Amino acid sequence: MGKIVVDVMLKPEILDPQGKAVAAALPRLGFSFATDVRQGKRFEITVDGDVTPAQIAEVEKAAEVLLANPVIETFTVRAE
Amino acid sequence: MALDTVAIAQTSPDTKQPFAELGLKPDEYARIKEILNRRPTSSELAMYSVMWSEHCSYKSSKVHLKQFGEKAPHSDALLVGIGENAGVVDVGQGYAVTFKIESHNHPSFIEPYQGAATGVGGIVRDILTMGARPIAVMDPLRFGPADAPDTKRVLPGIVAGIGGYGNCLGLPNIGGEITFDQTYLGNPLVNALCVGVMRHDQIKLAKASGAGNLVVLFGAKTGGDGIGGVSVLASETFGASGPAKRPSVQVGDPFVEKVLIECSLEIFAEDLVVGIQDLGGAGLSCATSELASGGSGGMQVQLDKVPLRDPSLSPEEILMSESQERMCAIVEPKHIARFLEICAKWDVTVDVIGEVTDGDRLIITWHGEVIVDVPPRTVAHEGPVYNRPLAQPDYINIVNAQVIDVPLPKTAEEIKAAMLTIASTPNLADKSWVTSQYDKYVQGNTILAQPEDAGMVRVDESTQLGVAISTDANANWSYLNPYEGAKLALAEAARNIAVAGAKPLAVTNCLNFGSPEDPGVMWQFAETVRGLADGCLEMGLPVTGGNVSFYNQTGDVAILPTPVIGVLGVIQDVRTRTPMGIPAAGLDLYLLGETKNDLAGSEWAFLHNQRGGQSPTADLQREMKLIDFLLANNSIFKSAHDLSQGGLAATLVEATLKNNVGATITLGDVGIELLSETPSRVLIAIDPKDAAKITYPATKIGTTGGTSLTINGAEISLDELRTVHTSTFPKLFG
Amino acid sequence: MRIGVVTFPGTLDDRDAARAVKYAGAEAVSLWHGDADLKGVDAVILPGGFSYGDYLRCGAISRFAPVMTEIIAQANKGMPLLGICNGFQVLCEAHLLPGALTRNHELHFLCRDQTLKIENTTSAWTSNFTKGQEIVIPLKNGEGSFQCDDETLKLLEDNNRIVARYVGENPNGSRNLIAGITNERGNVVGLMPHPEHAIDSLTGPSTDGLPFFTSVLTALVGK
Repeated sequence: MGKIVVDVMLKPEILDPQGKAVAAALPRLGFSFATDVRQGKRFEITVDGDVTPAQIAEVEKAAEVLLANPVIETFTVRAE
Repeated sequence: MALDTVAIAQTSPDTKQPFAELGLKPDEYARIKEILNRRPTSSELAMYSVMWSEHCSYKSSKVHLKQFGEKAPHSDALLVGIGENAGVVDVGQGYAVTFKIESHNHPSFIEPYQGAATGVGGIVRDILTMGARPIAVMDPLRFGPADAPDTKRVLPGIVAGIGGYGNCLGLPNIGGEITFDQTYLGNPLVNALCVGVMRHDQIKLAKASGAGNLVVLFGAKTGGDGIGGVSVLASETFGASGPAKRPSVQVGDPFVEKVLIECSLEIFAEDLVVGIQDLGGAGLSCATSELASGGSGGMQVQLDKVPLRDPSLSPEEILMSESQERMCAIVEPKHIARFLEICAKWDVTVDVIGEVTDGDRLIITWHGEVIVDVPPRTVAHEGPVYNRPLAQPDYINIVNAQVIDVPLPKTAEEIKAAMLTIASTPNLADKSWVTSQYDKYVQGNTILAQPEDAGMVRVDESTQLGVAISTDANANWSYLNPYEGAKLALAEAARNIAVAGAKPLAVTNCLNFGSPEDPGVMWQFAETVRGLADGCLEMGLPVTGGNVSFYNQTGDVAILPTPVIGVLGVIQDVRTRTPMGIPAAGLDLYLLGETKNDLAGSEWAFLHNQRGGQSPTADLQREMKLIDFLLANNSIFKSAHDLSQGGLAATLVEATLKNNVGATITLGDVGIELLSETPSRVLIAIDPKDAAKITYPATKIGTTGGTSLTINGAEISLDELRTVHTSTFPKLFG
Repeated sequence: MRIGVVTFPGTLDDRDAARAVKYAGAEAVSLWHGDADLKGVDAVILPGGFSYGDYLRCGAISRFAPVMTEIIAQANKGMPLLGICNGFQVLCEAHLLPGALTRNHELHFLCRDQTLKIENTTSAWTSNFTKGQEIVIPLKNGEGSFQCDDETLKLLEDNNRIVARYVGENPNGSRNLIAGITNERGNVVGLMPHPEHAIDSLTGPSTDGLPFFTSVLTALVGK
């Protein structure tokens, strides 16, 4: 079984209140290293057999129309 | 693990079984063997253990709860009484209303968001199971001290969970309470109430009758959620003693529940089911055994037909799984095609898993092998019953002998300081931070919602028929005197209904207590039930159902006895409802009822760390006269607001801030009159010309208008009052 | 006049929207997400709720429902289309309106009575208001923060395409206090607050929401 991973992130210019909340919580817990946090989404798509380049291309199309909203989000697709 | 079948059980009587780990006592295990005439299979053991847990079997409370039946007042309104998933009340015009309240305390402590969310999901399915469309929810909550670190963990999660689930179902959240006390630290109370409406002929019951009828499971697939959750999560006192069992928390999917509601209502509308039961605590163990014992008793289930989310589950786990959003229906074969079609329309997973049979055995097979063969009544209804020892705890006489000695405000400065304290203390401060996370508008029928005295929803748009619900508990009084405390909570809930303009009709309850194995706690419980049953009989209000939650304690410290009483009322025309906020200047303010020195158990005493004294004695005859007066004269009240926690002081804060209309008040013994919590009192605003119509003992205490609340010369601007009233919660939890 | 109200799985305010249509004097026609048939309606409302549980992103799955294909085609031809709350999210996902609705800046679901200022009175759904009119209607959502890039924002501002703005404190972090926008043609409007819950003072904070529904009748009659 192969796995295709799609990571979706809000574009840098879009407000990410969840990431902001995490960034604010970290120093309260003693983790003082973070200058910024952005929260995203990860999809794991399982396929039969090894992942093929054609499947990657298909998933990229799916990400464009469904998994991500290009108005506010960017995405990357890779086999894992 | 090899499959344990009935055949194997018959030939291996000496196999050691982990009954104690599953929470069964040796004599309970022996009784199971006696019932079955052999040792139980592991699946049977799982079923009995979960169904005979305190939470499912009410084994410690049963002997007391039967008073609700024995002392039941005559009521024409009761269509379905105690024993079904929820009681059903006739509200006229062919409508029946069902309502119930349930606890989800311990799960909400473990995982606040999911615990509270699945609490809402469970009570909504109970209401749906009666054949009703759920129309509103409300949530009485109790937490440890507002500034305790753990309260900051559980409160936001619980509120978000209630909102997250209820909002997604499209159910308006119309009320509830939030109270803080030290004893709830580690034992937060999450009680969830739902009300639903149907036509009389749509009432559904949990019964499997008619041999050959199909057993149909629909809704979510079954996973490993909360396996043993009911018995483990709800029955185990946790704390210092021993390692805690690792509970698996149930996760809710409100979208699936919303679709399940619409799908079920469409199925009900076409009259396609003979009986129905939701899967909540104890999952399939409960649903199959209750459906079977509600009918003739015979049922055969092929457990391997249950659709699974996790294919590695064993049959025992499938029987105990508490995966949410599932229902089990009994369907005549001629209706099954249409039933499946409606499920397909709503994209709801559905499978026929068995059928009703002649005979009186519940037989469950796993790939053809019999793994359960039991008389279902012994699982569902004939569990152990305990008459646990009870004894009045020592603290009662000690605290009752104490005399409350608190500073009372006299000067203008002291009055102002007391008002600002009452307005801002967490128990009485504005709860918008919480309630604004709940949708109160959805369905478009909400007439009154938090912070009004009662929640009110319209049932019929064409006739303006409506129902009102209020939940109340005064744990401080119950601590001092559980018998009177229960009656006083009942009186307050009924009064809140009448204040809003509705006629009280029926009662539900959620009784939250510590460990029943502590004779003192058991005494508190017994006194509470006795008080509530006596009170309901005297007021002519039937108890339609309820819920008991024991083991709310940390170590040997139990929570305050907390009977949450819900009263349902009916209003013929919701346009005649009375809101709590003073609507305009130029009105006279009257206080209905008499004020005595009732500081014991009051918020003011609590603020001064005094927990002793004697609770007021409930005078239900007086309460009923007050209610009659309120209902008969509803039309002259421009506003009406109950006096309860925080006394007149709290009532004035809320009544003036609601619409930003000030008042000028003159009181005699100002400290007592502001802060005493004598029951059976209501603040009303009326047109001065209607003064003669007040035929109930009343005192004119002031007039409305201006932008300040002025009490005996102490002037507090509404802006200042609002600032302290509304900033407490954001400061604590924002 | 017949106005369609779409029900997706998880839609909640469909009956409320239908009630508002009736209050305005038109006939409400329910449309099922799985049916590509618009039953000859003159306008369509996508009501609020949590269609498909708001999973993936709010409105992301609904936009691919069979009924949407036909709605998008008709809207592109000028049919009035109003998306309320979740409906607004669907319209953005379907690219009938620019921008996107994201998580409220305080991360809570927020239900409150909200003052709005009506900025555009030429759209199909706002012509019965006066410009600058302040109204109070319920706001209730968890993901109502309107976001778009600077260029789009300028385009919306410069072309009078902001239908309504929040008055006072920003309730959810929306850019430029945007509560609702319209497309270039003015027939498609997305609105985060809920006018259908402000049509009767018995059940809502006001009757200020009603003109949204009467406006579209005026627009249709004038066609």
